[in-house]
Amino acid sequence: MFDHADAVLLARIQFAFTVSFHFLFPAFSIGLASYLAVLNGLWLAGYGHVYRVLFDYWKKIFALVFAMGVVSGIVMSYQFGTNWSVFSDKAGPVIGAPMAYEVLSAFFLEAGFLGIMLFGRERVGNALHMVATAVVAIGTLLSAFWILSVNSWMHTPAGFTIDAVTGQFLPTNFWESIFNPSFPYRLAHTVTAAFLTTAFIVGGVGAWHLLRHTAGDNPGARRMFSMAMWMAAVVAPIQVFIGDLHGLNTLEHQPQKVMAMEGHYESHPEGWAPLYLFGIPNDEEQRLDYAVGVPGLSSLILGHSLSAPLAGLDTIPDDEQPPVAIVFWSFRVMVGLGLMMVAAGVWSLFCRWRGTLFTSRPLHLYAVAMGPSGLVAVLAGWVTTEVGRQPYTIWGLLRTADSAAPLDASAVGASLMAFVVVYFIVFGAGTFYVLRLMAKAPITGGPDDWETRAPIRTAGIAPGPAQGTPMDEREEAR
Amino acid sequence: MELGLGVNVDLTVVWAFLIAFAVFAYVVLDGFDLGLGMLFAVAPDRRDRDVMMNSVAPVWDGNETWLVLGGGGLLAAFPLAYALVLPALYAPIIAMLLALIFRGVAFEFRWRTERWRGVWDLAFIAGSGMASFAQGVALGALLQGIEVDMTTRSYAGGWFDWLTPFSIVTGIAVMAGYCLLGATWLVMKTEGDLQDRMRRLAWPFGLATLGFIGIVSLWTPFLQDGYYNRWFTGWGLVLAGLVGAAVLLVAWRMFTSLTVHRHEYRPFLQAIMLFALCFVGLGIAMWPYVVPVEVTIWDAAAPEKSQVFMLVGAAVLIPLILGYTAYAYWIFRGKIDPDAGYH
Repeated sequence: MFDHADAVLLARIQFAFTVSFHFLFPAFSIGLASYLAVLNGLWLAGYGHVYRVLFDYWKKIFALVFAMGVVSGIVMSYQFGTNWSVFSDKAGPVIGAPMAYEVLSAFFLEAGFLGIMLFGRERVGNALHMVATAVVAIGTLLSAFWILSVNSWMHTPAGFTIDAVTGQFLPTNFWESIFNPSFPYRLAHTVTAAFLTTAFIVGGVGAWHLLRHTAGDNPGARRMFSMAMWMAAVVAPIQVFIGDLHGLNTLEHQPQKVMAMEGHYESHPEGWAPLYLFGIPNDEEQRLDYAVGVPGLSSLILGHSLSAPLAGLDTIPDDEQPPVAIVFWSFRVMVGLGLMMVAAGVWSLFCRWRGTLFTSRPLHLYAVAMGPSGLVAVLAGWVTTEVGRQPYTIWGLLRTADSAAPLDASAVGASLMAFVVVYFIVFGAGTFYVLRLMAKAPITGGPDDWETRAPIRTAGIAPGPAQGTPMDEREEAR
Repeated sequence: MELGLGVNVDLTVVWAFLIAFAVFAYVVLDGFDLGLGMLFAVAPDRRDRDVMMNSVAPVWDGNETWLVLGGGGLLAAFPLAYALVLPALYAPIIAMLLALIFRGVAFEFRWRTERWRGVWDLAFIAGSGMASFAQGVALGALLQGIEVDMTTRSYAGGWFDWLTPFSIVTGIAVMAGYCLLGATWLVMKTEGDLQDRMRRLAWPFGLATLGFIGIVSLWTPFLQDGYYNRWFTGWGLVLAGLVGAAVLLVAWRMFTSLTVHRHEYRPFLQAIMLFALCFVGLGIAMWPYVVPVEVTIWDAAAPEKSQVFMLVGAAVLIPLILGYTAYAYWIFRGKIDPDAGYH
């Protein structure tokens, strides 16, 4: 009934599903951890208690998101073995070490200091608490460093030889394998994406509360919206620049991925390769149907000259081509959202100059709509690069079909079903709780209304403002 | 690796001990909070549950990180073992991962809702129980041996090879042991009525743990000739005998410190010692196999270059980790104040 191909496909679907869910949490929490460190630092430096209010506000959301990231991440660390055992055996000697370093230098750091950050302010004092908060933020960045190094190595492997007997990849130079050719670009692009993701969520939440009349003058909402729009104005254009560099690096090392992103089935030896804005990739006929393109623009972007020649997928054997349609569309989603982020930044600068940053309803509506844009863009970008690596797990060297565990399709299918059901229930509920926290405006009163943390208290029980009822109860009593 | 002065160190052995240490740290640390999760079932009172959960809320994430180190470390140091064991234990591993999701999110979710708190409490209990059982099953399945095809370097058994009477017994044994750890942890961290109940509960779980240690110890030698030979011949017999005697002694001390001396923290430490002794016993049986009964640690080891590269980091980072983990426990030391969570 099933053969190996089905099992591999199911294993791919399962990996794509679990890693996509997982990726959403760190994409948010990497930026949020740094944001919390900044907020706490500004409060300690005496810039006003609004920063402390915002710290306590986002801390609760961080705790929820972080917990979901942890449990979905543990799945990933075992799934390499359960579903991709051949890959693990072969690549383990090279990628195992940086992954172990991720656990040792990042996960323990985050976990060890998270408890102090969430519950320990009263026990250790403000200074050590600030250290713990900063350490958690550093831990999230270290984690990104190591795991993106491993991921980049799968795209641009370096610093290894292949054992003739076992087929294992053996390290020859860890410096080269860790700092492999695509790593610096991927790291910069992904971490910047994480910061933008957080900025747009924070901005969306701020705008939401500014739109609601009851909280129109909420200083917390104003402050978070302003900070987020600064991020959008400054970082989104930088991200476009980094993304361009990353794309050029990909062109150098994985040309067929870029051909798929561009929809270039045909070669352009004379240059003037068009930038296709729209089209329907047709793998059968190897052409882009209904193509709408700007002549020469692709040559200009990728070759930095209108007459730069560009090769197309017609130079690549069929069994070496990634699935074009997925890569083509996910790339357009990512770039489109990126440009809309830049637009948000520009618009906010205009409103700031006009003095309408906190009153412009169209801007606030746009910011609310753009709230989840970072998450979508991150996933779309991830799909672009990972599907673009197909049909290989290790570029040019180990095919995906040769990487999977010797599993029955029924076993992989059953576990896939279980993951789908559990993830939708658990992370669906989690998302609901996160949104419900976001729907509450930051408290507006003075220091008396702050959350004063008793010694051991879990993240959840927030004393309500003034009357001291737990927020959940008030919320549900409505 | 040649260290100079004629001292040779076999890095494969060093890494085997490091991975074993990570697994042991995981079993003890997440063991008590998984046990605490199961004990939720016998503590229906909301106030008690809040106290119980608050006693591990700041540290559970760190505890679970040792599981990631066990998995990640195995991939890095013994990639072949990782590639053989995980497909062989497919169903219990997946069950464990899903169970850990439910109990992990319960730490946060149960505070976020009044109406559904009971549901997340149930997820906490069931997730903790299932994760413990799956870990025990995985242990049993590993001990009874995994069928391997070394020409293709892959798992060669069936999808339900892991399911045997032995692995079910080890599954229940681990549940009992974790409950003992959880109960003694709570004796240390709580006061009053809740502490009294945990003190009383530690008895049956202690006795059950002891009984399962006996059953598994008598059963294991007959799973594989190799185990029998290592436990019952030569120095193995002496060592195994010493471990057995130590188990009885530690168990005796644990029960007296629970009831006669009514000690606060000693029962927990003594329960940990029981686990340590079991670990030594398992180590004697399995040595030098990482995948019984065909693949030794040397068969599965990563090349020396990888071992050295990781060891440099591990030598610096593991002491640091132990340091700041101990610091985090120290900060949150002492009894949990039941009123601290409310205003």
